[in-house]
Amino acid sequence: MGTTSPVVEMHGITVAFPGVKALDGVDFRLFPGEVHALMGENGAGKSTLIKALTGVYRTDGGSITVAGRPRQFATPSAAQEAGISTVYQEVNLCPNLTVEENILLGREPRRFGHIRWKEVRKTARAVLAQLQLGHIDPGSVLSTHSIAIQQLVAIARAVQVDAKVLVLDEPTSSLDADEVQQLFGVVRALRDRGVAVLFVSHFLEQVYELSDRMTVLRNGALLGEYLTADLPRMDLIKKMIGKDLEVLEELDRGDTRTAGSAQDAEPVLQAENLGRKGSVENITVSIGPGQILGLAGLLGSGRTETARLLFGADHADQGTLRIRGTERSLRSPRAAIDQGIGFSSENRKEEGLVADLSVRDNMVLALQARKGWLRKVPRQVQDQLADKFIEALDIRPANKDALIRDLSGGNQQKVLLARWLITDPALLILDEPTRGIDIGAKTQIQMHISALADQGMSIVFISAELEEVLRLSDRIAVLKDRRMVADLPNQGVSMEDVMTIIAGTGE
Amino acid sequence: MSGVLRHRLVWPVLALVLLLLLNQGFRSDFLVVRLQDGHLYGSLIDILRNGAPTLLIALGMTLVIASRGIDLSVGAVAAIAGAVSCTYIYNSDNPGSFSTAASAVALAVAAGLVLGAWNGLLVSVIGIQPIIATLVLMTAGRGLAQLVTDGQIISVSNEPFHAIGSGFFLTLPISILIAAGAFAGAALLTRRTALGTLIESVGINPVASRLSGLSARRILWIVYIFSGFCAAAAGLMISSNVTAADANNAGLFIEMDAILAVVIGGTSLAGGRYSLVGTLVGALIIQTLTTTVYTLGIPPEVTLVFKALVVILVCLLQSPKARTLLRQRRRRVPVLPETKAAV
Repeated sequence: MGTTSPVVEMHGITVAFPGVKALDGVDFRLFPGEVHALMGENGAGKSTLIKALTGVYRTDGGSITVAGRPRQFATPSAAQEAGISTVYQEVNLCPNLTVEENILLGREPRRFGHIRWKEVRKTARAVLAQLQLGHIDPGSVLSTHSIAIQQLVAIARAVQVDAKVLVLDEPTSSLDADEVQQLFGVVRALRDRGVAVLFVSHFLEQVYELSDRMTVLRNGALLGEYLTADLPRMDLIKKMIGKDLEVLEELDRGDTRTAGSAQDAEPVLQAENLGRKGSVENITVSIGPGQILGLAGLLGSGRTETARLLFGADHADQGTLRIRGTERSLRSPRAAIDQGIGFSSENRKEEGLVADLSVRDNMVLALQARKGWLRKVPRQVQDQLADKFIEALDIRPANKDALIRDLSGGNQQKVLLARWLITDPALLILDEPTRGIDIGAKTQIQMHISALADQGMSIVFISAELEEVLRLSDRIAVLKDRRMVADLPNQGVSMEDVMTIIAGTGE
Repeated sequence: MSGVLRHRLVWPVLALVLLLLLNQGFRSDFLVVRLQDGHLYGSLIDILRNGAPTLLIALGMTLVIASRGIDLSVGAVAAIAGAVSCTYIYNSDNPGSFSTAASAVALAVAAGLVLGAWNGLLVSVIGIQPIIATLVLMTAGRGLAQLVTDGQIISVSNEPFHAIGSGFFLTLPISILIAAGAFAGAALLTRRTALGTLIESVGINPVASRLSGLSARRILWIVYIFSGFCAAAAGLMISSNVTAADANNAGLFIEMDAILAVVIGGTSLAGGRYSLVGTLVGALIIQTLTTTVYTLGIPPEVTLVFKALVVILVCLLQSPKARTLLRQRRRRVPVLPETKAAV
């Protein structure tokens, strides 16, 4: 690969936000015909580097060379015209349009201003066939397909413009194993055609399976560029995380929790056949003080819906809910909060963050809401709380006046966790608190959850990663097709056991 | 924080200063304030006094807009407040007394609060879009005001009532003092309590706010009731100034001036972060514009166009896009010689 010249060369890239230096003099090279993984913890600067390359952010320093020409893209579309296509984590297509319309949106072949639909169909078919996706009907509506197919259509759209560079930002986070393989097949085919692929993923296994080369970042600075084959996993993790070797040991310790630590005590929350029409049914769970209840199940099995019922975000119309022995009907989140329940949504951006407010304002929001608008939490107390949790949860940058939207995903998640910890809840419902977060922050959050339970807080823990659920939970409730199908103490339960439950009965 | 705020207000303040200087250029005594018979007089005082109703309404509008809403009914509410107070005075047994004036004011303010609560009901409980919900009262409100006045222009003669719009206290016009009091009141109400942050939170992300246990409903009630209160106070000022209630023309289009004042002041119509100081500057700019039109002797047929040009300019200068463009300009200038030297 040393013989060819890089298609993208970034030198000394610096990007600064108010109060945050996201990238500090980072170099990056991307060669044609390689899959290059960009590695680093949350907040390391991966997304920022991609956005600097694709014209979403303006750089405050450094140079970008694409195909030998110095470039500075003012907009994403300028980058696209130069042959750099990006597929983001969330599918950015129009679900109500057809596959072919999505692939060619904005660049349909036209004659006298009219779209030539036959030509559209032909082009779409050709592009799909190129990617071994010939089985997809180009005339079908996009939303009728799975997220995986939609992701592949997004890639088809990206390569249709004859992309020299394809940027894949967390493309696999909502795909299952088979779908990941399908995606990888497409990526490999593109690589073999000489496309340079920039791949970002939190899944180490996938990175090692797919990538040829990797660049590692930490805290906005470059750590180095390596051939994937030359860098053992352990070394990579050490580089990404830096000093925290004990964190890794914590990761390996496995089963840290024992089931039923406080089974005799009165349950904090008991649900019996709880359900809501069109949402989930048959939720029967019991959570004791200091217990962690894990909700396991596939995507769309009803994990989030269950959490929303327990929190009153949606109103249950079936079954009963008891809190500390008293039957309650939770009509609003506020009612649940008054009962000492907290809920951190899986949808950080839409349902968690108040983007334009500071870290401090975001942290005290739930407490302030509970006290009412007349009883303002004194500024001094706000500052103390913010400082305390910034330190306790290791939030970076440690600046309570920074706007929360300028923080990385992992740090935003920690702020949201702090928002609830400040209210000192008896029961905390955490829906995917570790999604889209790197190993370091993830382990930190897992340890916090475990420690909170040890202090007597009850926790409902939801994660798509079964391994994580098994490691943390005292009990595991398994959901399938929007019903609860099993509730078992976490004693000697293996991933296979849970998968057997999900796969078995009824299908 | 204060640095950001100052940055946000740089252009509106600059525009205001430029407008004032422009006037000074045409009339050398423009910036002079005289003390006469214990009262302050001058163009600056006139601007403050004539701008008081707009400022009052814009204060209420700021909080409504921060909550992602808008209140189009303020002009109609102002007309109703004027109609209620004047009709009460007109029909009372003792139309000149202080107690009559006090009761009239109380009635008008109560009407404003009730109408604000009506808007709040439509928006927060029934869930109608703010622009539609307040449009109802914007059109129906003038009809209500006409019903109250029986379609007549009600003239009253009551000294205490007249003082609201044109009296003096401690050398200053009372209307200025009322507006200043409302400004201080709004600032205290939102910043000494948590109301300001909670309004912003609801305006920025209503879903996240609900899930954090915030009762958006209560917050919305408060902002619309406050807006109704401000509109009623402005309506009192307007009708007191002319000692008459005109159901058709009192506060006509004042909602537009108020919204403009808010936008010029840097509060986004998309809701969220707001600036009361910005609104104050915005309201002053609008009033100064009107004064400027008279000072320069601009013919009435081009008055609106002139106003429009200034408003467009200020709004453009505030847009993030224009600002980045300007910044690039500034940055590019020193770079140019270098590149030339390199070539």
